[in-house]
Amino acid sequence: MPERVAMFGGVYSNYLSLEETLKDINLRGADEIFCLGDLGAFGPNPNKVFPLLQKYKVKVVQGNYDNSIGNGLDDCQCGYTDPRDNYFAKLSYDYTYKNTSEEFKIWMKELPKEIKFEFGGYKVLLCHGSPRKTNEFLWETATPTHFLEKLCNDFDADIICATHTGIHWNRKFFHKEKLKEKFFVNAGVIGRPENDGNTFVGYTLLEIENEKLNIQYIPVEYDYKKLAEEMRREKLPPEFIETILTGWWTTCLEVLPAKERIKGKY
Amino acid sequence: MNQKYPEIYLDSLDNLWFQVSGTLCNIKCEHCFISCSPVNHNFEFMTYEDVNKFLEESVELGVKEYYFTGGEPFMNKNLLQIIRRTMQFGPATILTNGMLIKPDTAERLKKISDESIYSLEIRISIDGYTEEMNDAIRGKGVFKKAMAGVKLLAENNFLPIITITKTWEDKDDGIVLDGFINTLKSYGYPRPRLKILPSIKIGKEAARTKGYEEFEYVTDQMLVDYEINNLICANSRIATSKGVYVCPILIDSPDANLGGTLKEASAAYELKHQACYTCYLFGAICSNFSSAGRDA
Repeated sequence: MPERVAMFGGVYSNYLSLEETLKDINLRGADEIFCLGDLGAFGPNPNKVFPLLQKYKVKVVQGNYDNSIGNGLDDCQCGYTDPRDNYFAKLSYDYTYKNTSEEFKIWMKELPKEIKFEFGGYKVLLCHGSPRKTNEFLWETATPTHFLEKLCNDFDADIICATHTGIHWNRKFFHKEKLKEKFFVNAGVIGRPENDGNTFVGYTLLEIENEKLNIQYIPVEYDYKKLAEEMRREKLPPEFIETILTGWWTTCLEVLPAKERIKGKY
Repeated sequence: MNQKYPEIYLDSLDNLWFQVSGTLCNIKCEHCFISCSPVNHNFEFMTYEDVNKFLEESVELGVKEYYFTGGEPFMNKNLLQIIRRTMQFGPATILTNGMLIKPDTAERLKKISDESIYSLEIRISIDGYTEEMNDAIRGKGVFKKAMAGVKLLAENNFLPIITITKTWEDKDDGIVLDGFINTLKSYGYPRPRLKILPSIKIGKEAARTKGYEEFEYVTDQMLVDYEINNLICANSRIATSKGVYVCPILIDSPDANLGGTLKEASAAYELKHQACYTCYLFGAICSNFSSAGRDA
């Protein structure tokens, strides 16, 4: 049974941050490495991600992006409702679809929607957005604790791990009847910074220490200027490059709840 | 023979609405689909106890978001106390015309928001980016008071969502949206968020427009391969002074009253109204975002 696992979501074709993340995980040591989905989007040359995932034996959950690319759908199923958000999402999707190899697409199509395992007496469920819907946004300030409790009950889990929103957070709560600790963990994304003016990205380490769960978010620095340069060469939108260089999100903002939105620049 | 309408089951109660100020409003908009006004007592104010009872019932059902509408919610003197209580349960959204938001209201809202781990969203209805355009629909003097409310909220760290009912042609989308953004910035709201709503052709809006065409109903055939969770009735209910209704749009229809508790109101509902056709076409028109539902 694993005692230490590493996880991250949203690679968004950022193979440079992926490589730094995987090196860091190896340095610290982890029994398993999980990616919670969304391999493509946003960044350049999506195929560069594939060999790294294989080399480090990363177990991957299918994100909405991977489901779209794998099945040749018309859009990324990101769940945006604003026209400007959808405009940028479409640019990014068309680029990623065109530049993803057939082999990678077939592999993405077969990825599981969830992974379950036992971890120090806890039942862990890994998914992309939420256990009930791949592209559901679970933001820290818009997700009631009783809603998380219901998800744990409905899906028979003690620890639910997800990503999709792009901003990491976690919450501990107690199951009313059994007085057992439950957790929700948003593992964060490594493909772009968290809309806080910092250029680094990050992943999450779960450890069992003295029979208790320890959740740690580990920031990862990488050569973001090199990524921005490659995005320029690939003629990706300047708005995306600005995010990589400044740490502020410039697009796909209308889905953010008030408290997450006010922390950003736009 | 009675016509058979598609039946929609409540998939999960994600959005719980409150008709917190009933049908009482300080203004009388030309396009109001439930004809709210200062004298429309069809639905009365809800009390703190009324709301609290539903909040407590909502826990077990796993409700994700709470919405407060009317009428004009700020006419209800218990609103702030109700919002403070709600934000112990989850995120709240208030749908308002913004006119009754005074400096101390904005400050108290900020305090309530700061005390909670959840987001408090304020949606302000404005229907034109000039005084002339807006006041033609919403009444004389409304524009200036609404903009004053927007400014006060922006000064108190809120990012109000400006909710606009679409009364223009598609080709003018760009002009209208730019108009709104520029106007809002000039009135002291530097980072405007906008939400566009379709008009619902019932209530006063039926008289203002020509209402629905005879064929504008939802049929079973139209629901083949349709994302059912775009329909409000698949994931929402609205509590009122007279019980729980299927959705915020249909409270004037007696058949939309589904019972006294949330549990009673989780029964399936037939799409027998023409307003359902607008909901079908535009999808998720009432909630802030369309993220509800589950994978097929």
